[in-house]
Amino acid sequence: MTHDTSPAIELRGAGKAFRTPSGALHTAVRELDLTVERGEFVAVVGPTGCGKSTTLTLVSGLEEPTEGEVLVGGEPVRGIGRDVGFVFQQDAVFPWRTVLSNVMAGPRFRGAAKAEARERARDWLARVGLSAFEDRYPHQLSGGQRKRVALAATFVNDPSILLMDEPFSALDVQTRALMSDQLLELWAGTGSSVVFVTHDLEESIALADKVVVMTAGPATVKEVFTIDLPRPRKVEEVRLEPRFVEIYREIWSSLGEEVRITRERGAVHAA
Amino acid sequence: MPPESAALARPVSKPADRTAARARAVRNRTLLVQGCRLLVLAAVLGLWEWFARTGVIDPFNFSMPSRIWDQIWTWTAHGTAQGSLGAQIWATLYEALYGWAIGVAAGVLLGIALGRVRFLADVFGPYVKVLNAMPRIVLAPIFLIWFGLGPASKIASAVVLVFFPVFFNAFQGAREVDRNLVANARILGASDRRVTFQVVIPSATSWIFTSLHISFGFALIGAIVGEYIGATEGIGLLVANSQGTLNSAGVYAAMVILAVVALAAEGLLTLVEKRLFRWKPVQPGAER
Ligand SMILES: Nc1ncnc2c1ncn2[C@@H]1O[C@H](COP(=O)(O)OP(=O)(O)O)[C@@H](O)[C@H]1O
Ligand SMILES: [Mg+2]
Repeated sequence: MTHDTSPAIELRGAGKAFRTPSGALHTAVRELDLTVERGEFVAVVGPTGCGKSTTLTLVSGLEEPTEGEVLVGGEPVRGIGRDVGFVFQQDAVFPWRTVLSNVMAGPRFRGAAKAEARERARDWLARVGLSAFEDRYPHQLSGGQRKRVALAATFVNDPSILLMDEPFSALDVQTRALMSDQLLELWAGTGSSVVFVTHDLEESIALADKVVVMTAGPATVKEVFTIDLPRPRKVEEVRLEPRFVEIYREIWSSLGEEVRITRERGAVHAA
Repeated sequence: MPPESAALARPVSKPADRTAARARAVRNRTLLVQGCRLLVLAAVLGLWEWFARTGVIDPFNFSMPSRIWDQIWTWTAHGTAQGSLGAQIWATLYEALYGWAIGVAAGVLLGIALGRVRFLADVFGPYVKVLNAMPRIVLAPIFLIWFGLGPASKIASAVVLVFFPVFFNAFQGAREVDRNLVANARILGASDRRVTFQVVIPSATSWIFTSLHISFGFALIGAIVGEYIGATEGIGLLVANSQGTLNSAGVYAAMVILAVVALAAEGLLTLVEKRLFRWKPVQPGAER
């Protein structure tokens, strides 16, 4: 079996071009080469609009690459894989389902019996601390609670590939730190491989084993940094360590340039 | 501790006063609004009655509230020329409900199907537009020829009136489903069928319900017009007969009865809607 030794995710010269309404081709990402090992937590940072979300949709199978190859578990991606979990940037919980029913959705969609789905859902709701809220509807929850529902709904499917698209960007700073810690705890028990997209460099260093810096759009991988901070980490504490600051400075010297390029382009467009 | 609790006690009592005052203000406003509503009604009816009695308007053509009331009372107590009033109401309601149910079912089904399947929308889109552009009420006489004097022709008129608003809302609802929700459902493992039933239809229901409110009115119109053109019973026939005997009070009385029926149906629908949309945040001040 080649599967067991192959990396969890591999992008080989992958690119994606969208057809714009006027018929022209718009390249979102190009020549992406990236490897995510099994059980590895990889954070992807890059300026807004550079193509981070597009990269995730390629890995998830929601979109197909127009160039190159995307492999998950050594196999080319064809459609949406069963092993993939995706936490979206915007709220994607079903507003007409209760909290419990939202978390049950994944197992039910995959054919689990109701009783089993309920049991698994209750287990994950307990882990994210929402047991008391299982009868509520999403609009009756705070933003952080809704995000935890989304996490539980994703983790309940036991994904070996976990894709997260700026999942905490809409939360306030304190909630975000809390959620990051919770994510690390949940992830530690699963051994899944994570690709975590963010535009927040601090968040990426605090969470990841590896930080991938992308260029201004159309994005490609600019540089990859290994984060050698020991685990388990608490995001609020790890930020204060000298090594953290060192790494931050090093990565920012690479990322800052791309952010500047993007900003200048925006200024040109606005003018 | 005591000084603190004393300090706390005062600010608590003030907001409580204010809350009570606010509640009183709200109650007073509600009373005022309802009082004025009654006043407007009384003024309109009073003026109408007065003008008719003093001959400012012709009571033969315009009738007057007291005569209309007498007419309703006569119908209720002694029945109409075509049978008891209850039977007439029921006949119309039966046709309207039947037509409404068929129209809604067809509208929702086709709306969702065309909203979900691009190919179907491309093929049938132009035809739906052409049919919708037609003034469909002129089909009523044709249905009378096709289906005869019985309820079938009225049901058919109701169906064609109900179908289009429901269809367009269901279509729009299916089109405007949050793409994130669909992507999320697919990632979680939902098949196309599951996406349709568990994501598209639930998110289209609020669109569909909006159309249900107006479309029941349309169903009543379809039934009444059908009856008016030719029938053996129903409120529409009551209107036609009253008109034939130059009984203007009868025409108005039938209208009043119809309005009451329509309002009752609307109330029932709102009740169902409230139960169905428990998951929706209540909009503050969304009283209707
Ligand atoms: N479905 C699409 N059709 C056309 N262009 C798209 C589409 N999705 C994304 N893009 C474009 O691709 C680029 C990258 O988008 P995205 O991956 O969302 O950026 P990021 O997530 O890094 O902010 C943007 O310029 C965006 O306008
Ligand atoms: Mg994005």
